[in-house]
Amino acid sequence: MGEDENILEELDDIQKDGLETLASVQDEAGVQAWRTAHLGRSAPVMLAFTRLGQISKEMRPAVGQKANQVKLALEAALEARAEEVKIASLRQKLDTERLDITLPGRRPTLGRLHPAAQALSEIIHIFEEMGFQEYRSPEVETDELNFELLNIPAYHPARDMWDTFHTTVPGTILRTHTSPGQIRAMREMCPKPIRVILPGMVYRYEQTNASHEMQFNQVELLAVGKNITLGDLKGTIEGFARRMFGESVRVRMRPSYFPFTEPSADIVMECFVCGSKGCPVCKYSGWLEIAGCGMLHPVVLRNGGYDPAVYSGFAAGLGPERIALLKYQVDDIRNFWQNDIRFLEQF
Amino acid sequence: MKVPLSWLKEYVDIDLSLIELADVLTMAGLEVEDVLLVGLPNPYEQAGAPQRREVSIHGLSWDPEKIVVAQIDEVMPHPNADRLVLCRLNDGVSELVVLTGAPNLFEYKGSGPLARPLKVAYAREGARLYDGHQPGQMLTTLKRTKIRGVDSFSMVCSEKELGISEEHEGIIILDDDAPTGRPLVEYMGDAVLEVNILPNMSRNASMTGIARELAALTQKALRKPQVNLPANGPSIAGKVSIQITDPQLNARFVLGMLEGAEQRPSPYRAQLRLRLAGMRPINAVVDATNYVMLEIGQPLHAFDYDVLVKRAGGKAPTIITRAAHPGEKLTTLDGVERSLDDFTVLVCDTAGALSLAGVMGGQESEITPGTRNILLEGATWNFVNTRRTNSSQKLSSEAGYRFSRGVHPALSSEGVKLCLQRMAEWSGGVIYSDLVDEYPLPAADPEAEISTGDVKRLLGIELTAAEIAALLSRLEFACRVEGNSVFAKTPPHRQDIGTGVIGRADLAEEVARIYGYDRIPATYMAEELPEARVRRPIQVEKLVRQSLARLGLQEVINYRLTAPEREARLAAAQPEASLPTYITLKNPLSPERSVMRRSLLAAILDTLEKNARLRDRLALFEVGPVFLPVEGQALPDEAPRLAMAMTGQRGTPAWDSPDSAQLDFYDLKGVIEGLLESLHVGNAQYSHTDNPAFHPGKSAQVTVNGSVLGVFGELHPQVKARYDFLAPAVVAAEFDLAALIDASASRYEIQPVPVFPPVLEDLALIVDESVLAADVEAAIRQGGGKLLTGVRLFDIFRGEQIGAGKKSLAYALSYQASDHTLSPGEANQIRQRILRRVEQLVGAQLRS
Repeated sequence: MGEDENILEELDDIQKDGLETLASVQDEAGVQAWRTAHLGRSAPVMLAFTRLGQISKEMRPAVGQKANQVKLALEAALEARAEEVKIASLRQKLDTERLDITLPGRRPTLGRLHPAAQALSEIIHIFEEMGFQEYRSPEVETDELNFELLNIPAYHPARDMWDTFHTTVPGTILRTHTSPGQIRAMREMCPKPIRVILPGMVYRYEQTNASHEMQFNQVELLAVGKNITLGDLKGTIEGFARRMFGESVRVRMRPSYFPFTEPSADIVMECFVCGSKGCPVCKYSGWLEIAGCGMLHPVVLRNGGYDPAVYSGFAAGLGPERIALLKYQVDDIRNFWQNDIRFLEQF
Repeated sequence: MKVPLSWLKEYVDIDLSLIELADVLTMAGLEVEDVLLVGLPNPYEQAGAPQRREVSIHGLSWDPEKIVVAQIDEVMPHPNADRLVLCRLNDGVSELVVLTGAPNLFEYKGSGPLARPLKVAYAREGARLYDGHQPGQMLTTLKRTKIRGVDSFSMVCSEKELGISEEHEGIIILDDDAPTGRPLVEYMGDAVLEVNILPNMSRNASMTGIARELAALTQKALRKPQVNLPANGPSIAGKVSIQITDPQLNARFVLGMLEGAEQRPSPYRAQLRLRLAGMRPINAVVDATNYVMLEIGQPLHAFDYDVLVKRAGGKAPTIITRAAHPGEKLTTLDGVERSLDDFTVLVCDTAGALSLAGVMGGQESEITPGTRNILLEGATWNFVNTRRTNSSQKLSSEAGYRFSRGVHPALSSEGVKLCLQRMAEWSGGVIYSDLVDEYPLPAADPEAEISTGDVKRLLGIELTAAEIAALLSRLEFACRVEGNSVFAKTPPHRQDIGTGVIGRADLAEEVARIYGYDRIPATYMAEELPEARVRRPIQVEKLVRQSLARLGLQEVINYRLTAPEREARLAAAQPEASLPTYITLKNPLSPERSVMRRSLLAAILDTLEKNARLRDRLALFEVGPVFLPVEGQALPDEAPRLAMAMTGQRGTPAWDSPDSAQLDFYDLKGVIEGLLESLHVGNAQYSHTDNPAFHPGKSAQVTVNGSVLGVFGELHPQVKARYDFLAPAVVAAEFDLAALIDASASRYEIQPVPVFPPVLEDLALIVDESVLAADVEAAIRQGGGKLLTGVRLFDIFRGEQIGAGKKSLAYALSYQASDHTLSPGEANQIRQRILRRVEQLVGAQLRS
């Protein structure tokens, strides 16, 4: 074994030693120091190159090649280690910047629409998709439009259904329902087909309590045409209920009475609060009333200008606050107009 | 109406469960709102009960093992207590001694074995009952105890304990034929259906009315009560006569007579039914009138015949029906002297008024314990007059309820006959064999027509004429088929069917009800669609509300009803004559809500005030009408308005940045600018306003093309002082929403996104303090021309460096051309033009 073979072993040791010490390098300064010690001008592998001249001609290529391999291996290891050290130190730095992510965020001020308005616009939106257009009519109305033309003569037993605010102007009242808008819409559009939605505030002369208000919104549907049936009314309201309360909701149409429709119906829906198992919201009946409706009474059609022998139509009325009341389980309807910010902010 | 199931079953066979029964009635328009169990088991609490509720059922079920019919054979004194007795009782299994304090047993105390044992409701140990001594209905279980040294483990029950009524004065004493040992639930267990009678279904406001409907729905036979006067009684001829003044008010008047009645309680079964139906038993005669009213729907009135004879000076009385005279008075049987209206109909005799027809009897001729001979009235009254009398006299009676909805005249004689029969059965006496019957205005019972085409067109179902006729026949319509049409004659118990197109709709409803609303297919309208309408005001209003919510304001909706004083807080004191006119309520619920509002600003400030202490920052808006009376017009102008109000801190404080800056004029102005931007309202001008609600220096009106959109600003300190606000300033606005909508642009042009970079520079301009920022900006824009694409004021400076009475306005400007990058030379030219122009127009100097 000569000097020449020894140098090959020596180079193996240089590589081994270099890699071993590199493994313990932990920071940027250590990386620099290691570079100087193992790849610097006087590092053992560099000195091996300077000794090449002293090596036999036969061995020289092998030793040169070996020294080169060792140098490349050390460089590659250094590069990898340097990256590791960099990542580790970044991680350490980021660790120190850890936030208490449970602290509250800085809130831009959020404005909201009133819950009754939200419910109203949700309902309007659904009916608009079904081809109904919004139509508005006055809140202060004549007795004639609010009652007489809707087939509710003075002293008719049905007048009991609406306790009325009268104004000091004779014959002028606060509308008790959105239905006078039916007559207004019909008179405006006759003899064209009608598909409108009449939303708005109505008034009842009624002491307010948790479930009664003297002022509330109503949404009324009105469709007039030549072949509109009770089945169409049922389909329209069922379609609405599915969109509003979910695809699988169970809805029933039950006979009812309104002077301005005949046949008349109430729409009830299974109680979504208890799944119809019985709860205080549905008063243990399993059902919630969501709308009153019916086929337009011939007298009403005629008062609107349409011949009841040729035309038919339907009307339906819903209460947005009542729907919101049920949906969000509001315990007191008076919350809506009291406008307590602690109530409004929850919607 | 309260309908005891056992009573209903008397007139129709029912093979439905309680739940099915409730459903069948509800689906026919007789909504069963509630079922009260009085003994019967609860179907929802039994094995295999449906999970889903169809109807509310509650009440007390009587355990058949523990609550039975028993008989008291002897009532004995209690050894240690005067107010208790011991009963020797047989419950069908054994003989026991039961202790009770029931006062209605005291009369039997110590009289030895009873010849007629008393039948009672007996509860054994462990029975579940309502506690008789607690208010309301508290469930309790009978436990063994010792009362005054005597063992007690069971009891005889009161109505209250069994959930029949609130009555707890004594125990129930059943009719003699009650079978000892039989479970009480089998003997008299019941369920009371609370049925909502719709105004057009008043024909159903009786047990036979409901039974008739049920018979039609379930295709069973209706068993009407049998009414026959005895052939061998005395004749009423010469005893009384009738004069009907106006048949429109009184279509029919029937009188019958019973002689020699005894005043005693009616049988317990009758009393129980009256109680369950919501009426109080009184005595056999009065109970019979109420019972028959509930049974067939005809209210009846009993007079003391001898009193009438006396009033007629010993002669046969004449009954006269007429409207009340002006100033006429009558003391009714509740002891109230009533002043009568001219629409009130009276039953009178030759001496004067006897009763308010169909509403309430008079005191003088009422049945008393001494009454022996009874004159019984069954009549038909005009429902409008009855309604008006009910409301003007503030009376609500079962009779008034029925007459105010219409009672068919056919029921008058039927009711009188049936009632005489019940009276004779319960109170003894001899029934006269005939009636006096005046019937000047016979019922029309019209015939209406409906065709197969009508049914298809209105209901969307295909039925043959025979099928339609079959459905209507179930409701006792007499039907005739001619081709595709059915002619249906109204049966003589209902008055809700019209003729012509109305009759057709009436029949369509009856067909739909009996066919079943559930069976009508849900379809979508195949009808031609109406033309689309432009609804720009509605769309823009929606955009206004959404924009304001995006700008951080909370929407509120107030009562439209207010009080003038509340709105007056906004204005300086005014002379009476110039006070605004309001839409004023004739019947306000409270003075606080007596007029329709004229000011949305006043409404929103009320709301702001109410919430002022709840939040550090409040920013509210409302959109809605105000109501402005118009001279010579019944209806007011319902003018749409927008109001805003803000107070408190500018930002929402966070844990590391408590923001103490207060909202002021410029915050509200920023919101308004943001709103106008989102509505694409161009060219808004701001000028000072003299609106008295606002601080004269810190308020503005917004004008677009000469039209005033609204006013805003800080509240006048005097106005603010009338409210309870803590914050130093309140800013508010009121806009004319219609003007705002008009000013908004439905179409607008946008600028292309620039390709070449801008030149940015800042200019600080010194001007006199009095110069308005808007004028400086206008001058800059004039000078800069088209190439000036951005002007933003970023600082205002005042100080010694620039001299007293001066201010420096610093602007960030951008210059930009759409087709090339501006050279430094071009930028310099623009700057020079701007500087020349601002000097000329507003006297501005460049601050160096």
